[in-house]
Amino acid sequence: MMPRAKLKAQKQERAAELVRPLPQGGAWITRAREAALARWSEMGAPLKRDEYWKFTDPRALIAEGTATAAIQDTSDEAPMFDAFDRVKLVFVDGVFDAAASDALALEGVEIGLLEDAAKADLHWAKDIYGTLDARAQTPVERPLASFNTAYATQGVLIRVTGTPAKPISLIYRRSADGSDALLHHVIRVEAGAEVTLLEHGPLAARSNTVIEADIAEGATLHHIRSQGRDHARMGASHIFAQLGAKAQLKSFTLTVNGQLTRNEAQVWLDGADGSAHLAGASVGDGAFHADDTVFVAHNAPGCESRQVFKKVLRHGAVGVFQGKILVDRVAQKTDGYQISQALLLDEDAQFLAKPELEIYADDVKCSHGSTSGEIDATQLYYMRARGVPEAEAKMLLVLAFLAEALDEIADDALAGDLRDRLEAWLQRHK
Amino acid sequence: MLKIENLHCELEDDSEVKILKGLSLTINPGEVHAIMGPNGSGKSTLSYVLSGRDGYEVTEGSATLEGEDLLDMEPEERAAAGLFLAFQYPVEIPGVGNMTFLRTAVNAQRKARGEEELSAGEFLKVVRAKAKELQIDADMLKRPVNVGFSGGEKKRNEILQMAMLEPKMCILDETDSGLDVDAMKLVSEGVNALRSPDRAFLVITHYQRLLDHIKPDVVHIMSEGRIIKTGGPELALEVENNGYADLLAEANA
Repeated sequence: MMPRAKLKAQKQERAAELVRPLPQGGAWITRAREAALARWSEMGAPLKRDEYWKFTDPRALIAEGTATAAIQDTSDEAPMFDAFDRVKLVFVDGVFDAAASDALALEGVEIGLLEDAAKADLHWAKDIYGTLDARAQTPVERPLASFNTAYATQGVLIRVTGTPAKPISLIYRRSADGSDALLHHVIRVEAGAEVTLLEHGPLAARSNTVIEADIAEGATLHHIRSQGRDHARMGASHIFAQLGAKAQLKSFTLTVNGQLTRNEAQVWLDGADGSAHLAGASVGDGAFHADDTVFVAHNAPGCESRQVFKKVLRHGAVGVFQGKILVDRVAQKTDGYQISQALLLDEDAQFLAKPELEIYADDVKCSHGSTSGEIDATQLYYMRARGVPEAEAKMLLVLAFLAEALDEIADDALAGDLRDRLEAWLQRHK
Repeated sequence: MLKIENLHCELEDDSEVKILKGLSLTINPGEVHAIMGPNGSGKSTLSYVLSGRDGYEVTEGSATLEGEDLLDMEPEERAAAGLFLAFQYPVEIPGVGNMTFLRTAVNAQRKARGEEELSAGEFLKVVRAKAKELQIDADMLKRPVNVGFSGGEKKRNEILQMAMLEPKMCILDETDSGLDVDAMKLVSEGVNALRSPDRAFLVITHYQRLLDHIKPDVVHIMSEGRIIKTGGPELALEVENNGYADLLAEANA
């Protein structure tokens, strides 16, 4: 057998071992789940030998049995986004908790639960659920997303028709050390509408999440996510977003701790003059592996995209960035930017980066860069010579390093909460 | 104020490279001393060794500030003790706001000395007044430290830091380099405004020109890691007119 065919057979075999009966549901979702299961079975499970998983070992993400991770005591920090008026939807161990949540009502938005919608025979989400996952399987396969689409029973379905006065806040809590969570959210932002989606907290010991976002002409989605402090948690997340003309996406992810995190994003700029900004800040000390795998496709002229990913690593922590800007031949006047940088606080930390540009149009502006380095000794000396103690000077320099990613958050007050988290982490890991 | 005795230092990475070779110098409160000397004589190294930059190994001698052993302190402790070095090449720090940096430095020093930290309001009031004297506008205060500053702006920013930190012993390392005549005047006025009976200055320069503006009490000529001649302001004029050749020949005779 050819090696490629052999790998495929191994992947399919592994995938088959994980197949179980599909959840019960109405006609629309059953169709989507069956199609997703077929994709999963055909593509096979991700294996370490996949080019796309070269820097991150997926085995733990698909290992059988319930994963366990000790729940981190976070009482030393004020709850995230506490000062902000928002609609709170609480998930405990990946399951919606109605009693702890606000009413699913907000002017300008329709908010529903996947578990309720799945019972119906028809739902507006049918055009999106699993559709963007299927679209995201080329040019690279993302089988974990199809697995999620097939088996997820929890998530929110958000249809935005206006500009709601407050953000929708998904709060993830844990109650048990052992937990596996599959969450699947669908967001449709109608033409000209604008919404902010917040996600924070530790989802589960092991999680697999998918967000499918359809952002119509002139609509805007702000997405801010913080992935929780649990050291032993593992998770794969996927953001799939398609944007119409003049639509905007701004997504920021903060990754603090976690032994294995794979954050994938696939964005399609399908209409002229759209804009997509994807940013992330990760900090890890010791058993930490954070992988940002980001793919932005420019399929229309005049669009702008930015990928800004910063990682601070030490004591053997590993950071991965795989990023691509793909510019179709029709996407003239594309303005693309991609930067991935790691600050290695000691010699044990590691940063693996694979930045890519693939450009088929001739009138475009695309820049990319990737660096890894240590704290600048001259800057440190200058600050100390002005009386700033070494630890404080280092913290200022680390925050300065992360600032470019945080600057991608449009709302300064919300960004301030994330900055506080980073400062607190740096204080704890001096 | 500052007392340096028989100071010897070499490069940490290469002990063959000896830079200071028995330098002695005493500066009393209220005095302004100037050090001149040819390139490579060790002037800048002296400022680095005094402020605590990594990379230099002191092998002999001592340096004290008001009787306290400077060489035993971390750079931030030296600053809190009252030592200030205006850098020849002020360092750019992207991502750290100039104002934030200033306030952090001022309050860190106050804290180290057991004084109350300045409130944001108090700090702002003082910094605005001092910035105005140095023609530093609000935009420069907001921008990241020294990022995108012109040569003159960087030097003015150094003097602003000095004015805010109110050190006892100020070392100016070639503060005149890269300045046009007007900028030099502005910077000098900033320095002169800080002159006081309990503050001392050590001005490192290549040129007499700066010393027209900041008038020294004592001028030292440095060569090959040592002071080879000490005199009054007239010594600087002599260098300006005749160069270092005669002085070096005299010292080697």
